[in-house]
Amino acid sequence: MSATTAAETAPPAPPPAAPAGLRKAARRKKMVPYWLLLPGILWLVIFFAAPLVYQASTSVQTGSLEEGFKVTWHFQTYWDALTEYYPQFLRSVMYAATATVLCLLLGYPLAYLIAFRAGRWRNLVMILVIAPFFTSFLIRTLAWKTILSDSGPVVGVLNSLHILDVTSQLGLTDGERLLATPLAVVCGLTYNFLPFMILPLYSSLERIDGRLHEAAGDLYAKPFTTFRKVTFPLSMPGVVAGTLLTFIPAAGDYINAELLGSTDQKMVGNVIQSQFLRVLDYPTAAALSFILMAAILAMVTVYIRRSGTEDLV
Amino acid sequence: MEPTHEPESLSPPQIAAIRRSMTSGRMALTRRGLLRAGGAGAFALGGLGALSGCGIPPAGRSGVDNASDDHSDEEKKVNFSNWAEYMDISEDKRHHPTLEEFQRRTGIAVKYTEDINDNVEFFGKVKPQLAAGQSTGRDLICVTDWLAARMIKLGWMQKLDAANLPHAYANLAEGFRSPDWDPGRAYSYTWTGIPAVIAYNKKATGGRKITSISQLLEDPKLKGRVGMLTEMRDTVGLTLLDMGKRPENVTADDYDAAIARIQKAVDRGQIRRFTGGEYTGDLGNGDLAACVAWAGDLVQLQLDKPQVEFAIPDAGYMTSTDNLLIPNKARHKKNAERLIDYYYEPKVAAKVAAYINYVCPVDGVREELAKIDKDLADNPLIIPDEEMTAKSHAFRSLSSKEETAFEEKFAKLTGA
Repeated sequence: MSATTAAETAPPAPPPAAPAGLRKAARRKKMVPYWLLLPGILWLVIFFAAPLVYQASTSVQTGSLEEGFKVTWHFQTYWDALTEYYPQFLRSVMYAATATVLCLLLGYPLAYLIAFRAGRWRNLVMILVIAPFFTSFLIRTLAWKTILSDSGPVVGVLNSLHILDVTSQLGLTDGERLLATPLAVVCGLTYNFLPFMILPLYSSLERIDGRLHEAAGDLYAKPFTTFRKVTFPLSMPGVVAGTLLTFIPAAGDYINAELLGSTDQKMVGNVIQSQFLRVLDYPTAAALSFILMAAILAMVTVYIRRSGTEDLV
Repeated sequence: MEPTHEPESLSPPQIAAIRRSMTSGRMALTRRGLLRAGGAGAFALGGLGALSGCGIPPAGRSGVDNASDDHSDEEKKVNFSNWAEYMDISEDKRHHPTLEEFQRRTGIAVKYTEDINDNVEFFGKVKPQLAAGQSTGRDLICVTDWLAARMIKLGWMQKLDAANLPHAYANLAEGFRSPDWDPGRAYSYTWTGIPAVIAYNKKATGGRKITSISQLLEDPKLKGRVGMLTEMRDTVGLTLLDMGKRPENVTADDYDAAIARIQKAVDRGQIRRFTGGEYTGDLGNGDLAACVAWAGDLVQLQLDKPQVEFAIPDAGYMTSTDNLLIPNKARHKKNAERLIDYYYEPKVAAKVAAYINYVCPVDGVREELAKIDKDLADNPLIIPDEEMTAKSHAFRSLSSKEETAFEEKFAKLTGA
């Protein structure tokens, strides 16, 4: 009896020197993760790293379409782009941040409802959240032009309630119209990126063990305290992921500003587009893209540090 | 690792701690750390090398062999890239009758693609191939005059063979014969003329007529409900005309004055938006009370929205053109030329004009169009009468430096 237990608990004896075939197999096994990584890495090198290097190079070139562009290490372009277009940068950050906060305020209750209260309606509500993705981003934004039209019902109601007078005083709208104002652009951004907020929120809320709520109740926590001390902290990964997935694309978006805004609502994406396609000033367009990328990276880093969810990324 | 310097005033535990810190912990100088740092350095250096190796060569292709190997005789086909809704189409939206007629007559199959939505985007799309002297897979393209001018100047387009273009040569209307960017039409033939005029929504203006750019820019009753086009030459050109200047010989000072005038209107909130073709919806529902508009759009729009009216400003209006060109390395050059020529037969041109409603550059089309639809033949937006033709102006072609400078100022005006 005792002999067998000893044999069972004893660590297995180190194997004798493995034959060559086995060693080869072991080495091959070791390589497996690298082979699995290969397609992704190739993809990233070809479609991310290489264009990034090319773009970095473009940003320090000078020249013109006809003479060609040469790398002259003209870093001045960055400074010029920043001083020339900082209003559009600030505007992009402000619009994107506002839209992100609005998305969180709208999306959190909805995600909460789907995760805990929707019952058998859960799948249906989820489909409703995702449904807008079945049509193109552009078409959805154009539809907003019809909805918010000056003679449309939304503007009519808001005007008869004198709400547009108030927003006009605040500088959010202009006169008795909604389109071609900052409010329209922010609303468009909020609408277009809302699902990117709801989905991660839902997936982290849904993972919360319902018994934790019961436990909190047993410890005499009021519902709101339960939310504040238990649910919300546990949903933080979802909040962080959702805000990032909303803020980052919203800051670079130009469709909403183009279609729902006017000249004073242009964002940095519009500037990059017009510099690249119309003015054919490729260095400035590349420099603007890099500044945008750097600014977003810096903000996101600070944000993730602050929210204490480094393990998320 | 032997520490080289340890202050004597430190206690033994502190010294031990310093020693430890050299070999373990965050700041440890380990082999792996050194390797990593070295690797990053090498990567950075390599990156810099890659950066400086990246320049963009001159885009021009003149003096290089750009002629295509013409496979027209063996391969009975031609690839034609055009704008959306720029070709006659059958009721069921599946056939292009004139293209099918061409195939029946010549045996040449046309692969018709509506993949041009925007001049600047199309330029961005074909630039890499054309600048590198490669084929774009297209035998015939249709772009607006300033882009056609740019592409010809860059040496990206092929000279046409007049022998294959008898109808085109004979029937091209006088006003289109010799633009300053392609004298004598060596490279291009016009597909349509595009007058930029003033349009307004009668309901939205309270029945008032809007007939001048001055009204668009300065009438306080139109505040916030005026649209202008993102097409720089149309918007600035019309403003120049209104200021009594000729866009045919615009100077930098004239241009700046026109920009300053529009800027004032922008600053006052007079102008709601600068748009591309999507202004038609806004004009139809009255979000725009008045705007600069393309004539062909208006003919279509008026059918649905009778409250939309147009006006030819007394000061004159701008006409741009969309033009057919054959890019370098096109495989079916002769077939493409035969297709161009086919569309200069008045009968065929009339069928297209009846559908797309833009100005038709073909002499003798009026009679043929009258057979299809009398009203269309009498519409000055499709067949301009003499009085209207006299008011037509074109923007002079710009050097690439001027173009960049002008576009940059215009971009600032539109907020980007």
